[in-house]
Amino acid sequence: MPKDTGIGASPKRREDVRFLTGKGRYTDDINVAGQAHVVFLRSDVAHGRIKSIDTSAAEAIDGVVRVFTAKDFEGVGGIPCGWQITDRQGNPMQEPKHPILAEGKVRHVGDPIAAVVAESASIARLACEAIEVDIEALPAVVDMKAALSDGAPKVHDDLTSNLCYDWGFVEENRDAVAEAINSAAHVTTLELVNNRLVANPMEPRVAVGDFAAHDQSSTLYTTSQNPHVIRLLMGAFVLGIPEHKLRVVAPDVGGGFGTKIFHYAEEAFCTFAAKQLERAVKWTCTRSEAFMSDAHGRDHVTKIELALDADNNFTAIRTETYANMGAYLSTFAPSVPTWLHGTLMAGNYKTPLVYVNVKAVFTNTVPVDAYRGAGRPEATFQLERVIDKAARELGVDPVDLRRQNFIREFPYQTPVAVEYDTGDYDATMDKLLSMIDRDGFAARRKESESRGKLRGLGINCYIEACGIAPSNLVGQLGARAGLYESATVRVNATGGLVVMTGSHSHGQGHETSFAQVVADMIGINEDQIEIVHGDTANTPMGMGTYGSRSLAVGGSAMVRATEKIIAKAKKIAAHIMEAAEGDIELKEGRFTVAGTDKSLAWGDVTLAAYVPHNYPLTDLEPGLEETAFYDPNNFTYPAGAYACEVEVDPETGQVQVLSFAAADDFGNVVNPMIVEGQVHGGLAQGIGQALLENCAYDENGQLLSASYMDYAMPRAGDLPMFQVDHSCATPCTHNPLGVKGCGEAGAIGSPPAIVNGVLDALASGGHNVGHINMPLTPARVWAAMQG
Amino acid sequence: MHSFELVKPATIQDAVAALKSDEAQALGGGQTLLPTMKARLAQAEQLVALSGVAEMHGICVDDDGRICIGGATTHATVAREASGYPALASLAGRIGDPAVRNRGTIGGSLANNDPSACYPAGVLASNATVVTNAREIDADDFFQGMFETALDEGEIITEVKFPVPEKAAYEKFLQPASRFPLVAVFVAKFSDGVRVAVTGASGDGVFRWSEAEAALSANFSPDAVKGLGDLDADDMISDLHGDGAYRAHLVSVMTARAVKAAV
Ligand SMILES: Cc1cc2nc3c(=O)[nH]c(=O)nc-3n(C[C@H](O)[C@H](O)[C@H](O)COP(=O)(O)OP(=O)(O)OC[C@H]3O[C@@H](n4cnc5c(N)ncnc54)[C@H](O)[C@@H]3O)c2cc1C
Repeated sequence: MPKDTGIGASPKRREDVRFLTGKGRYTDDINVAGQAHVVFLRSDVAHGRIKSIDTSAAEAIDGVVRVFTAKDFEGVGGIPCGWQITDRQGNPMQEPKHPILAEGKVRHVGDPIAAVVAESASIARLACEAIEVDIEALPAVVDMKAALSDGAPKVHDDLTSNLCYDWGFVEENRDAVAEAINSAAHVTTLELVNNRLVANPMEPRVAVGDFAAHDQSSTLYTTSQNPHVIRLLMGAFVLGIPEHKLRVVAPDVGGGFGTKIFHYAEEAFCTFAAKQLERAVKWTCTRSEAFMSDAHGRDHVTKIELALDADNNFTAIRTETYANMGAYLSTFAPSVPTWLHGTLMAGNYKTPLVYVNVKAVFTNTVPVDAYRGAGRPEATFQLERVIDKAARELGVDPVDLRRQNFIREFPYQTPVAVEYDTGDYDATMDKLLSMIDRDGFAARRKESESRGKLRGLGINCYIEACGIAPSNLVGQLGARAGLYESATVRVNATGGLVVMTGSHSHGQGHETSFAQVVADMIGINEDQIEIVHGDTANTPMGMGTYGSRSLAVGGSAMVRATEKIIAKAKKIAAHIMEAAEGDIELKEGRFTVAGTDKSLAWGDVTLAAYVPHNYPLTDLEPGLEETAFYDPNNFTYPAGAYACEVEVDPETGQVQVLSFAAADDFGNVVNPMIVEGQVHGGLAQGIGQALLENCAYDENGQLLSASYMDYAMPRAGDLPMFQVDHSCATPCTHNPLGVKGCGEAGAIGSPPAIVNGVLDALASGGHNVGHINMPLTPARVWAAMQG
Repeated sequence: MHSFELVKPATIQDAVAALKSDEAQALGGGQTLLPTMKARLAQAEQLVALSGVAEMHGICVDDDGRICIGGATTHATVAREASGYPALASLAGRIGDPAVRNRGTIGGSLANNDPSACYPAGVLASNATVVTNAREIDADDFFQGMFETALDEGEIITEVKFPVPEKAAYEKFLQPASRFPLVAVFVAKFSDGVRVAVTGASGDGVFRWSEAEAALSANFSPDAVKGLGDLDADDMISDLHGDGAYRAHLVSVMTARAVKAAV
């Protein structure tokens, strides 16, 4: 019987009522009395030296409050990077300054040069056009390998080259891996591109800076996945505002997909300008501006080699990846191709030796950072593509080849640092096969052929790491932050409670699923629980939402705080009922004394906590409010198996996805409906990456896909009905809920399934194509078929 | 968007008068013009909305059996009401999305002559006549290269008259992002011959594929196209979504499919 409340139930998302009826409160809905508006003048060349900026004509326009350029930011810090990578020689990465407004040079199309604050956005926009900027265009570097060649133009003149770092992992294994590859019975090699993407959340970024003259405090309202992180980075490193004078509020956030993790120059600008002008300053990003200023995702170029012995056991993997950083280091950019990617290169397989080399490169393009999956999709794509290619080369079944190499004993120490606590890859593969009628595929292929179409079946596995992360571990790996999470549970006198969490939601439904957990623990109705997030003024210091960490880490903090609440409430109940504390049980919202018929309602005890007339005042403080911080022991490792069937029109190269099945192991599931929704969204984005989305630059650094006229987003009609299953659960062994995280799996696991499926379809038509780079547009598929 | 003044005349005469000023520009459904103005790539002091001109709306059949469509008629209306010419109604029904079809107009689309627009293919293949406030222009004379037409400054399209072919079909291969044609082909078979118009493929805009017309006039079957070979890739648009060779190939495929689909 499906439950209708608590953990495991699927109540409808309470936040959807306001989202779907236009009552959500997004940052752009916030207007501060007397606010001014800012518009940024952005570079239209990819690389150039700023020779002069004349703002006088702009300043003369009626309604212009002030025009800012880099010279107004002397003494102000640059936008900081939150992760330092150490290279193969043990040296720190090259870390250029990222000024709020361009200093001396522009480094990508969209780099802000000046900012006009005016009475209205349209006046500011007009005034931007009146600014005269003399830029001497310089040759741009766009291609990563060209950027590393001798004599390439340098993005940052003060760095030795365009190389941010050259990272080796596990460096000590380098020679052993080379040896294993040299002596292998078979080596499959594949070169591939993980295409650059634009996140495109429905809500573009917005920032409103405010300043209260009476107490000299600043407030920033912003579209952020992690307001506390923004407060720390911006306050401590950019503007020098102590946290007690700085509040960061991220109200409803309309999608983020990673791109709203990072601290952006526009946020610092609005906060800074509001203080200077003693007046609120608002910025609302346009969609066109988002394409050239939101951090992009992916953009890796990789060569991977998979070595196998004569029995088809994997013996070694070696990769060489070029990872695009763009023009500046965005907040977590250096960690994505390294610790979020190299550590997943073992996949679901017991390959004993792995060596990952990553060269991170500066180019004259928009900064690249985490995007749904961040590093794990890149790892999964390489691995699951090279395995499929190996199966084809060896003439073995791709499922059998995978199974043969599955990890089956847990905990499993991978050769790439991480230890998988639990999993069952046979179970998800069995489940997947039971969902897709593989035996019937041959008949379906025939039917497609009768219509002139080529049908393919693509199958792959994935594993990822969520619930980032043990703070002491990431500290060793170069993180400049801890990665715990926090929660305060405040019980009110009449029994309702408020959970103030350091996590944040940008659409995932935390208000519903977090309430389910607490309701389950206490045995009260979900509607007695309010989840509060997104405001540094009323939530404990938390690290926010990304890396599918909210329930695994934030939810665990909430569980710990609720456990403290229950423990204290039991003490109060024991006192009132004159019983031993150990005899008190809490069930379905009632305290009982074991072996007696005595009982108290939850509300009786909470009232006593605040009206402590009959209360153990000598032993216990009044009130019922607890805070917990939770620092995980390990990552969590969701894993699964995915399959799709595709049809290719051989005349045009058009690919149609006919079906998609996902068998995931997310550990325990709190709200199955929300989990399904997360998987659907991830699959849509993964299929979008595989077939449609392509952020492309020309050789001069002009953005070719600068609007929806050229950047193809997946539409409902591009997608089949999804079959999703998460019944193969191996609960996480180290967090109290046994949960693993589900937000990114779909985007991580689906691209290789699509590409494997298309290549399978082509092979059935006699086209033995080794690889096609994503997105598999009709033109690319057709060209590949022409040989 | 820069500020502008909006006028909404009720007659063709008043619209033409309003457009005499150098600073004025006609506004059809605004589906091309307004985004361009929002992107600050175009600017007008005054927009003369044609939507209020009643005589430019609607569809009728003239004495010669031609389908006559008012210049301010929306794509949605044509899709719904041009039942006398199903291939044309189908073309209109596949332009953009419902919002675009409910605003965008045939006159605006033809005046704009985007090299990837749908209507130019329908007009050229149908050998339609473009009627303006001043004259009648044959389709073969109207389209003069990408974004170029025979229209004079201030001249407006008031009506388009389509002879109805015996058989016709429009095959549109979508550019995946914009959903404009990557390549689309309109094939129209008349008693005296076949006309084939191609859009999306050439930087010079819509064109007639004369070899295909000759082959199909002799033998109206998909096989007649297959023997022709592809057009010269160098004459085709090459961009992010497909190079010249791909577009040239698609022209052949879409033409053969249009012939097959023609009813
Ligand atoms: C999302 C989207 C998708 C689209 N997809 C397609 C598609 O698949 N296929 C396609 O063909 N088009 C497509 N379009 C374009 C659409 O069809 C436009 O409606 C059309 O191109 C312009 O018509 P309009 O009435 O909106 O003209 P407007 O935008 O108002 O005007 C365009 C130009 O024509 C002039 N003009 C307008 N009316 C007249 C007239 N009667 N006489 C003389 N000049 C006039 C204007 O001054 C202006 O220069 C799409 C547009 C959008 C926004």
